[in-house]
Amino acid sequence: MENPQVKYVQRFTVFPRFLHFLVIISFLTLAVTGMALKFASETWAEIIAELLGSFEVLGALHRLMAVVTFIYFGLTFILMYQNWRKSGKSLLQFILYKDSMIPNLNDAKELVQTFRWFFGLGPQPQYGRWTYWEKFDFMAVFWGVAVIGGTGLCLWFPETFTLVIPGYWINIATIIHSDEALLASGFIFTVHFFNTHLRPEKFPMDPVIFTGTMPLDELKHERPREYAELVASGKLDEVIVEPVPRWFFVISHIFGFTALGIGLTLVISIIFSMVYLYL
Amino acid sequence: MIQADLKRIGLGGFFLIIALFLVLKPVTVLAVTDDDCLDCHSEEDIVAEKDGEEYSLYVDEQVFLNSLHGENGCVSCHEDAEVEGDEHPFPLARVDCANCHDEVGEIYANSLHGQALEANDPYAPYCSDCHGKHDILSHDNRKSRTFIMNIPFTCGGCHREGTGMTKTHDISKHNVLENYSMSIHGEGLLRKGLTVTAVCSSCHTSHNVLPHTDPNSTISRQNVVKTCMKCHANIEDAHTKIIRGELWEKEPHLIPACVECHGPHKARRVLYEDSLNDLFCLKCHGNPDLKKIMANGDERSLYVDVDNFEHSIHKEKRIACAKCHVNMDHKNNPVCQDSGKVDCSICHAQVVDTYNKSTHGMLAAKNNKNAPICTECHGTHGIMPKSNYESPIFARNIPDLCGRCHREGEKAALLYTGTQHDIVKHYQMSIHGRGLSQSGLMVSATCTNCHTAHSVLPASNPESSVNPKNIISACAQCHLGIAEKFSSSIHSPLVSKTDKKLPVCNDCHTSHTISRHDTAGFRGLILDECGTCHEHETDTYFDTYHGKASMLSGGEKTAKCSDCHGAHDILPAYYSGSRLNRRHVVETCKKCHPGSNRKFTGYLTHATHHDRDKYPYLFYTFWAMTGLLVGTFAFFGIHTLFWIPRSFRERFKKRRQHSRQAILKKDDDEKS
Repeated sequence: MENPQVKYVQRFTVFPRFLHFLVIISFLTLAVTGMALKFASETWAEIIAELLGSFEVLGALHRLMAVVTFIYFGLTFILMYQNWRKSGKSLLQFILYKDSMIPNLNDAKELVQTFRWFFGLGPQPQYGRWTYWEKFDFMAVFWGVAVIGGTGLCLWFPETFTLVIPGYWINIATIIHSDEALLASGFIFTVHFFNTHLRPEKFPMDPVIFTGTMPLDELKHERPREYAELVASGKLDEVIVEPVPRWFFVISHIFGFTALGIGLTLVISIIFSMVYLYL
Repeated sequence: MIQADLKRIGLGGFFLIIALFLVLKPVTVLAVTDDDCLDCHSEEDIVAEKDGEEYSLYVDEQVFLNSLHGENGCVSCHEDAEVEGDEHPFPLARVDCANCHDEVGEIYANSLHGQALEANDPYAPYCSDCHGKHDILSHDNRKSRTFIMNIPFTCGGCHREGTGMTKTHDISKHNVLENYSMSIHGEGLLRKGLTVTAVCSSCHTSHNVLPHTDPNSTISRQNVVKTCMKCHANIEDAHTKIIRGELWEKEPHLIPACVECHGPHKARRVLYEDSLNDLFCLKCHGNPDLKKIMANGDERSLYVDVDNFEHSIHKEKRIACAKCHVNMDHKNNPVCQDSGKVDCSICHAQVVDTYNKSTHGMLAAKNNKNAPICTECHGTHGIMPKSNYESPIFARNIPDLCGRCHREGEKAALLYTGTQHDIVKHYQMSIHGRGLSQSGLMVSATCTNCHTAHSVLPASNPESSVNPKNIISACAQCHLGIAEKFSSSIHSPLVSKTDKKLPVCNDCHTSHTISRHDTAGFRGLILDECGTCHEHETDTYFDTYHGKASMLSGGEKTAKCSDCHGAHDILPAYYSGSRLNRRHVVETCKKCHPGSNRKFTGYLTHATHHDRDKYPYLFYTFWAMTGLLVGTFAFFGIHTLFWIPRSFRERFKKRRQHSRQAILKKDDDEKS
């Protein structure tokens, strides 16, 4: 970018980037508004409610973003469908091949290799297009939306749901919804943030999900197998692109840092509160 | 005795009497007639001598003939004068009136006077001392010594201060005649010439005069009321403010006898308007500069603002200065000197009695100078009824009145050691205070509605109107409907027989910061109030959505204890009247959740996932979720922990490569 000689490759098209944008917006809002209710006795929760007006505004935003979540959940299926059609594979092949979003045996191998690498017992694994932790992130969101979304609907329409389920299931739904959400936000704001942005190699952030492009060197180094496959198939030139304009790069960083900041602040507040509440 | 008398009579007198007997002798040969007596006794200079003093034996024929006994002959009384011959024994025996007036004689004989005579008391009055001798007149006759107008003088002959009798006899009452003359009775008699007024004999009787210690006396404690009531027949009605009516008949010994308040000879009217009118007082007290130097050197104004008094309730009721400032004494100059403090209980006995039992009264009794006495609240000369807008005890002015001492930092607030602070400020912010001062609602409760005006006592005192035992009644003065509802709730002592403390009005509503129940402030407090006793229920409530949301801004809108359980009609769910009973619970939830149904009400509003026995599903769900959470974080925690050092190494490697490339590139550039 600064250096025009640096070559960039396209990693994400507009559609997945847009989906991730929706995830960030909705997830942060859901986490902030939801955690404010879960930790209502905490000062930071009161401040959030105060800033937004009242607990009713929290609820309204939470429901609005739930709708956004259901939308991106649906759109993900469309993306998957598109990818499947593009890949020219059968559905089963699409699900099972090694660059599928579904974890497979190769991911298990790479996990073991990774730990060996951590301890200096082996070289860095030859990661492909998706590492196992990226697949876990994806699956976690998938799982999370299903569980949190399902229980959330229960809490949103308790009168309707209790036409079928017993009243105390609402209590159970509350526990699942709230603890799963705690897990999801805790995971995203620490593990995902570290793996993707904050680890020393990437620090302070990796803008690829916003810009869609990454330096070719980085691809070579981090995803040697993907690079090798691209070279082998002769498709490397197809993915080489111009770097994004500078203004977009800056905006991406501002947006990214804001999201990181909100997430980290929230997770620190939560950790602090949990230590304070349980100890 | 006769011989002894003879010795004492002088020689001249002796001869004179002999001569008289000689002259009279021929006339008295036959029956002795009045003419016979008057032959000698009509001589104006006929005298006898006793103890060296001459005394007249003259009988005015005209006076005697006009007297009651004028028809009776001399000898009908002087029986021993009826002798043959000229001379009758000398001196004659004392006339015994009882010969004719035997009933009266007997009464007299048993009276104080009669007994004194029996005991040879030289001052003992005999019949003639009051009735006269030859000049006895009917008591109807204005000239009679026993005519009502003359009785004080007749009695005063002996009972006036300074006579031989008063000097030699120990009589507990002094200045009897002087006091009587200034009393309402004496004034009626002497100044107004009223013959219906009471004189000595009206109370003491004429002949049966007995000491007040004698139970048979008309002035004994038992009888004096009866005696006064001979004239003051309806006196009970005039004393209803002081003495409860039924006591007059049932237990007369318990109530004071007339004379205990109205000094027997000093009946008070002497100090009333006529003798000491307000103008007389104002001659001095109308002067704004009138001051008194107190013992400690302080100056105190004695000025009485007439305008102020003109508008007072006492003026309206025509109460004169002297009716309150009672201890006037005509001997003093001025009469009001050292008259002391006004005692309002003279008229307001019941109120003062109540006050004396209050904290204010008890402090005043201990001479605590901070203690408010009557005038502190009611004022002095300008006392106005509580209906007057200007009166300090007009409802709207009461918070300020009480606030004079009870406002934070003032003397009563400084003495107070309880938990209520800023009470006046809080009251003014409360629904009662704002109703009174902002909306001008005169039915709003002020200090005195709850604390009473005169029996103010701390809440800890069981007699206090704001004691937990009594406060429901205090609030029920206005909030009767609520109180009736409350009486059938589980919190009412009528329903719950328990040793535990049951809540009363102020436990939930507070005492001075009472607000509307639908305000955010009050709704926020409900949880604290109920939580004081129902701690576990409140804790678990905070584990649910209602509780959590209630802690956030705007949280007053979520369901609070009373929204589900009710407020004053609160009952356990197993009571059919409870809002949480199966019959009503759906309706109760519907207030906020219109789509509420039977299963919906199965939501556990006080659920906790910490109670395995009560809520196993919640308990295991919670621990399953926690396990998932801990497991995930444990794995990725370790993963991250090991990644960090490797990641640092990778970064440094990359940087080294960069710099090496940069050097190589630089070398290449230089070469080229």
